[in-house]
Amino acid sequence: MLLRYTFQRLLMLIPVSISISIVIFMIVHLLPGDPIDNLLRIGSSPEDREALVARYGLDRSLFVQYFTWIGNLFQGDFGQAIVLRRPVIDLIGQNLPYSLVLGGLAFAFSSIVGMSLGIISSVVRNPIIDRLVRGFILLGSTVPGFWLALLLILFFAVNLRWFPVSGAGGWDSLVLPVLTIGFGGVALVARVTRVALMDARREDFVMLLHAKGLSHNTILFRHLMPHALLPVVTILALRIGWILGGAVTVEFVFGRPGLGSLLIRALGQRDYPVVQGCLLMLALAVMLGTLIGDIAQAAMDPRVREAKT
Amino acid sequence: MSMLSVRDLGVAFGSIHPLSGVSFSVDRGQTIGIVGESGSGKSLTAMSVMGLLPLIGGRITDGNIEFDGQDLTNLPETAYRKLRGGRIGLITQNPMTSLDPLKKIGPQVDAVAILHLEMTPKEARARTEDILETLRIPEPALICDRYPHQMSGGMKQRIVIAMALAADPDVLIADEPTTALDVTVQAQIIRLLDDLVKERDLALVLITHDMSVVAQTCDKVVVMYAGRALEFGTVETIFDAPQHPYTQALIGCIPRGGDGTAKLDGIPGTVPTVMNYPKGCPFHPRCTRAQEICTTTQPEFTSYGDSAAACHFAGVAP
Ligand SMILES: Nc1ncnc2c1ncn2[C@@H]1O[C@H](COP(=O)(O)OP(=O)(O)O)[C@@H](O)[C@H]1O
Ligand code: SF4
Ligand SMILES: [Mg+2]
Repeated sequence: MLLRYTFQRLLMLIPVSISISIVIFMIVHLLPGDPIDNLLRIGSSPEDREALVARYGLDRSLFVQYFTWIGNLFQGDFGQAIVLRRPVIDLIGQNLPYSLVLGGLAFAFSSIVGMSLGIISSVVRNPIIDRLVRGFILLGSTVPGFWLALLLILFFAVNLRWFPVSGAGGWDSLVLPVLTIGFGGVALVARVTRVALMDARREDFVMLLHAKGLSHNTILFRHLMPHALLPVVTILALRIGWILGGAVTVEFVFGRPGLGSLLIRALGQRDYPVVQGCLLMLALAVMLGTLIGDIAQAAMDPRVREAKT
Repeated sequence: MSMLSVRDLGVAFGSIHPLSGVSFSVDRGQTIGIVGESGSGKSLTAMSVMGLLPLIGGRITDGNIEFDGQDLTNLPETAYRKLRGGRIGLITQNPMTSLDPLKKIGPQVDAVAILHLEMTPKEARARTEDILETLRIPEPALICDRYPHQMSGGMKQRIVIAMALAADPDVLIADEPTTALDVTVQAQIIRLLDDLVKERDLALVLITHDMSVVAQTCDKVVVMYAGRALEFGTVETIFDAPQHPYTQALIGCIPRGGDGTAKLDGIPGTVPTVMNYPKGCPFHPRCTRAQEICTTTQPEFTSYGDSAAACHFAGVAP
């Protein structure tokens, strides 16, 4: 049942991807400027320019260009970077692992710490801890990521010199970027976990669980947590794409290689195939996140499973 | 000595006192009915016995609850947990929401025997299937593999009953076990509970707002109103010679030769909530026989053979 549902959802990704590819293509090509300016040497003639434009097919109609791009994509060909003069797939392959490590760690950090804080704040009946956690949640939901990044760099990297200011050297270079991306997520996940747990506690069946003689801990971990996880997992899955997107600015601020840095550089150079490739990867991450969320939802909740298959 | 006896029970939530002066007792093989309109304090009485008041922020302020010779009002939580589900089973009102929707039926019932009878999951499952069979549930093994949402209300209520029975308790508290069910299913469930009392020598506390159910199944009855007991006694006495005007009104609501579907909407006026419990006799705003004294002085219980009623004019013919 779950397999069939997964398959259905995967099929649905095809039309969604195609519409997304159109949007990406349009946005990229409607940007002012083009990549050719970055290729011209000083003193080149208009004829040189035209030759280059023709060479990269930029003189053809957008319609033709789009279908050429899509056609190649279906054969696994992301095209050739115009300014960087390398296959786009190589550039992505080189940069994606950095982003995946950063995003993966940030994801793990925000899920684990966020859920723990959420559980603690809804279970521990201590007004001080409760207030601390709630204060943190408020802070984390309102402070913008780039500002936090600058503060972290200033304090831990510049003043204390605990961590490098930038680069992707050892593991220690990951700490500040992970904190930056994960921070907002921690607050969000903590808040959702907290509310979901409190909602679960109010469900009717909880009374009967107590009437069975089960201990508070058994009820919390075996029954309340699975219920609380339903919304938490949805949020987490949506964050998969969001975190990769968040990596864009953070990689830039911390001067790390990665999909985000590649995208920003390619944007500056109007390197269409690279920008399109990067955006497509990010869109794919968002779609996969949503997909994983829906499948997890169906895997955890028999009612959803039945309604959807 | 009674299996369960409640004496002069009083309950508070902060400074609110929704329940006071509730007393009753029940023996093995006996059914006591707690009857009264919605909001009269029946569920709070059940929660008190289960020791679950702290869960909703309440506490016992007066009286005591004695189970098998042991006072429960000061029992530590760990000891109480052994009784809950182990020696006292609870059946709640709405079977649609009383099971965990994410878990299969089997494990939800098994948990009780695993916890209280220290059975392995396998032994517990065998026991669960046995119990489901005695509750006349077809194909127990198949049902164990189902989720709650795949079953009817009546079936779910049987599962809840199975859960309450799984550890072979001495006392069963059924809080309006049929209110949320279809009429035909209601009768089945009531008959099932009645059989269980006889077969297993259980003490059953049957909470209901349906006087005809009391007449059919109970040995004794307590009539509650606005968080108080107004009359109690054996079913024969109460139905033959009800002394309290409220009891008389409740009995008057049973349709003659009816099919047991009496609803208590026959008494004019509404039940007071804890925020506006009346002074004096709690029933006086709706009582046709209320006098001056009823609005100021709370009546004491007066005995009438097998029963007792708290009314200034009890015993006087209506
Ligand atoms: N958690 C609570 N806090 C305060 N008052 C309550 C609470 N639960 C019930 N009450 C009050 O106690 C009275 C009896 O409620 P309840 O025992 O649920 O009645 P019944 O089960 O007979 O319908 C009602 O007036 C209700 O408003
Ligand atoms: S005490 Fe008065 S008001 Fe209360 S039931 Fe008796 S007659 Fe009615
Ligand atoms: Mg009730």
